[in-house]
Amino acid sequence: MANIDLTVVWAGIIAFAVFAYVVMDGFDLGIGILFPSFAVGDERDQAMNSIAPVWDGNETWLVMGGGGLLAAFPLAYAIILPATYPLMIAMLLGLVFRGVAFEFRWRDPRHRAFWDGAFSIGSLVAAVAQGITLGAILQGIHVKADAYAGGWLDWLSPFTVLTGISVAIGYALLGATWLLWKTEGEAHDHARKLAFWLGIATLVALGLVSAATPFLAYDYWRRWFAMPGVLLTAQVPLLVIISAGAYFWSLRKGKQRMPFLIALGLFLLGFIGLAISMFPYVVPRSITIWDAAAPPQSQLFMLVGAVVIIPCILLYTGWAYWVFRGKVGSHGYH
Amino acid sequence: MMLDPVILARAQFAFTVSFHFIFPAFSIGLASFLMVLEAAWLRTGKGVYANLYRYWLKIFAVAFGMGVVSGLVMSYQFGTNWSVFSTKAGPIIGPLMAYEVLTAFFLEAGFLGVMLFGISKVGRGLHFFATCMVALGTLISATWIISVNSWMQTPVGYAINAKGQFVPAGSWLPIIFNPSFPFRLVHTVIAAYLTTSLVVGGVGAWHLLRDRANPGARKMFSMAMWMAALVAPIQIFAGDTQGLNTLEHQPTKVLAMEGDYHPSPDGAPLILFGLPDNDEARVRYEVSVPHLGSLILKHDPHAALPGLSDFPKDRWPPTPIVFWSFRIMVGLGLAVLGLGLWSLVARTRKGLYTWRWLHRAAILLSPAGFIAVIAGWVTTEVGRQPFTVYGLLRTADSHSPLAAPAVASSLLAFVLVYFFAFGAGTYYVLRLMAKPPERGETEPPNVPQRAAGITPASSVSAIPLAGE
Ligand code: HDD
Ligand code: HEM
Ligand code: HEM
Repeated sequence: MANIDLTVVWAGIIAFAVFAYVVMDGFDLGIGILFPSFAVGDERDQAMNSIAPVWDGNETWLVMGGGGLLAAFPLAYAIILPATYPLMIAMLLGLVFRGVAFEFRWRDPRHRAFWDGAFSIGSLVAAVAQGITLGAILQGIHVKADAYAGGWLDWLSPFTVLTGISVAIGYALLGATWLLWKTEGEAHDHARKLAFWLGIATLVALGLVSAATPFLAYDYWRRWFAMPGVLLTAQVPLLVIISAGAYFWSLRKGKQRMPFLIALGLFLLGFIGLAISMFPYVVPRSITIWDAAAPPQSQLFMLVGAVVIIPCILLYTGWAYWVFRGKVGSHGYH
Repeated sequence: MMLDPVILARAQFAFTVSFHFIFPAFSIGLASFLMVLEAAWLRTGKGVYANLYRYWLKIFAVAFGMGVVSGLVMSYQFGTNWSVFSTKAGPIIGPLMAYEVLTAFFLEAGFLGVMLFGISKVGRGLHFFATCMVALGTLISATWIISVNSWMQTPVGYAINAKGQFVPAGSWLPIIFNPSFPFRLVHTVIAAYLTTSLVVGGVGAWHLLRDRANPGARKMFSMAMWMAALVAPIQIFAGDTQGLNTLEHQPTKVLAMEGDYHPSPDGAPLILFGLPDNDEARVRYEVSVPHLGSLILKHDPHAALPGLSDFPKDRWPPTPIVFWSFRIMVGLGLAVLGLGLWSLVARTRKGLYTWRWLHRAAILLSPAGFIAVIAGWVTTEVGRQPFTVYGLLRTADSHSPLAAPAVASSLLAFVLVYFFAFGAGTYYVLRLMAKPPERGETEPPNVPQRAAGITPASSVSAIPLAGE
């Protein structure tokens, strides 16, 4: 046990939680973002029904990411959150609106259009806020004496706006491919069209963000382009290109599930790219994971639980998805 | 005038957490109630239980969703507004809250979908299991978060490291089972059960007033009144023992609750009414019963009690708030006890379903649990002031580098959004409650139906449409 670095293990667990959040809540936020483009009635109901039983579990990964950060890296939590204050509040309020809409839209048919709007705008706001937060962390946070030392709008820049939009597009792609898998009829055909255009948009966004990141700081440049590291880092864009090809091929072939899985793969590659840019910093260029780490007693205490419980969680979450497997219908109330 | 960002941040925390707690107070109790209903249905096969299950399940779905999103806000508030507190106390409270996520939130969320939408998708046994897991999750959640909160009230088992952080001194057990935790957990969980039974009883009474033959209304009213009659006395007893414990560990809080500014060497009175004033250090317009205070707190009318003036003034909590919130809670507790006793009398005289004044009283008291619960938390939390970690970390030193405009606008946004969104939700819940429980109650509306494919065999006979 002695030579395992607990802090690196915890960085891995939190990265896993964040990734789980991004892909799982990603597709249901994505459905929210695309919601206005769905026809009122059958199409919207199918889309909503395909995520109603799982959205709460998906969102719990966000609590895990935030709570885990507080527990394992309290300093990082205490710097990043004040630095992105308005974004966090916007994200939370967005999630409030979209979370309540799941039940409210069925409870109040006369105002269904309103709650559909709340669902959609809430999802969009949450997605954009998350994307901007990502950009804000990448571009760097002003830290002095282990505390946030900037103003309350420092996070706003052209780069962060770009990441904000990109994340929203990426989520929409996940949403569209999820619907491709879970729906049929007109909803399915519509999702296929969306998935094609969103595939292109996601690749463009991924390209722009990747191109811009190395210009933020010399450090990123060196990480990506210096020899011999470049031999490794060059694999990431290569894999992206291969996946992109496979994605459009699977769409053409009319595959049901494959596009979603490949979209997940694209996200994973983006995530690996991020890790290359950031590791071992949590707040780039100022706080490393070791600076921010909670003492080993705290990390060890949690690790014992995490090692046992996370596999159980994955098991029963998998079971819940399996219970609701297959295509969804649009049937509501009888 | 420039607003103080710390005051704003406190107001924001108090507002969001009070709103949050309204939902768990209801859903902890309701989840257990649903578990009992489903168990009763599985055991007896009586349709009335299945109908009540579905009736309350629809309400649960709406309330639970609001609990989840308001809770999500809480877990980020520590970082946005209380970053110094988070850095310093994070190594202790963080792992406890992480365990809450791992053992409770995932459990609730994982099985909630099956509980709400799976009635006709999985077998009865499995569906009952899902209900049990959700109920268990709410209780586990309460356990961890109360442990966190209690550690902030009665911190033990910590050391302070070079960075000024609280870190575990050795074992985690004393931290988790800190001195006020068992008392607070018992009192809070019972509070949630009482709150739910008052709501269920109120809804039952409402429908009995309209149709005293409705079997669902009769059943729920009877179940709720048993709860009130049995649990209210336990709650009062639990509150009393908790008061004794608090006197030992947080004397300034109890003295503020009692309004005892000055020591009473020969036994303290019980102040029934008055306006405490910290500046003058006295209670104005005091109405009191001599020696009763010592009798309650020390179980001896002549036992000496200290006064707030025995402590430095910069450690006094805001006495008037604590004094009054405590009285609201206790007053409501006694009122609920009265309701419970009345229902027992009615039961023995065969008037449980016919005594209209009893039903009216039950309707009147149906929101009492929520008010008592919030009043109780206000007592607990405001009584901890001026500290976040009692005696060790001051609230004034806990906050983030805050900008007043950011905090003020976010506070305003929270107030607007919460009143609007949760107001609408409350209205929908009330509308569901206004409908009497019927034969053949339906499931929550948005059941995802599998359009194509095979239906699992188990679902064919899962829960037949419930008649009487
Ligand atoms: C994990 C810890 C925790 C838990 C479970 C609670 N609180 Fe708390 N509370 C805090 C941690 C905290 C805090 C972070 O420590 C605050 C913020 C400012 C302060 O002084 O303490 C606080 C302040 C605070 C205040 C403002 C007090 C003041 O500033 O005068 C109120 C009214 C409440 N809380 C109410 C509640 C309610 C109704 C809760 C039940 C759900 C609750 N708290 C649970
Ligand atoms: C400041 C303190 C608190 C924080 C940070 C907090 C955090 C949360 C979060 C993040 C959720 C949503 C979980 C999900 O995604 O499923 C939640 C829900 C819940 N919380 Fe809290 N909570 C706090 C106080 C409390 C207290 C004091 C209790 C109980 C005594 C409680 C009981 C519950 C329960 C039972 C749920 C499930 C949802 C519901 O029943 O409405 N919470 N909380
Ligand atoms: C009449 C009898 C009651 C007495 C004597 C009593 C006593 C107390 C005391 C002394 C506290 C403060 C704990 C502290 O020092 O931190 C408290 C807190 C609290 N009370 Fe009561 N209480 C009573 C009735 C109720 C009722 C009827 C409810 C709700 C239905 C309730 C809900 C709460 C809650 C939620 C808290 C905060 C959590 C905690 O600290 O346990 N109480 N109560």
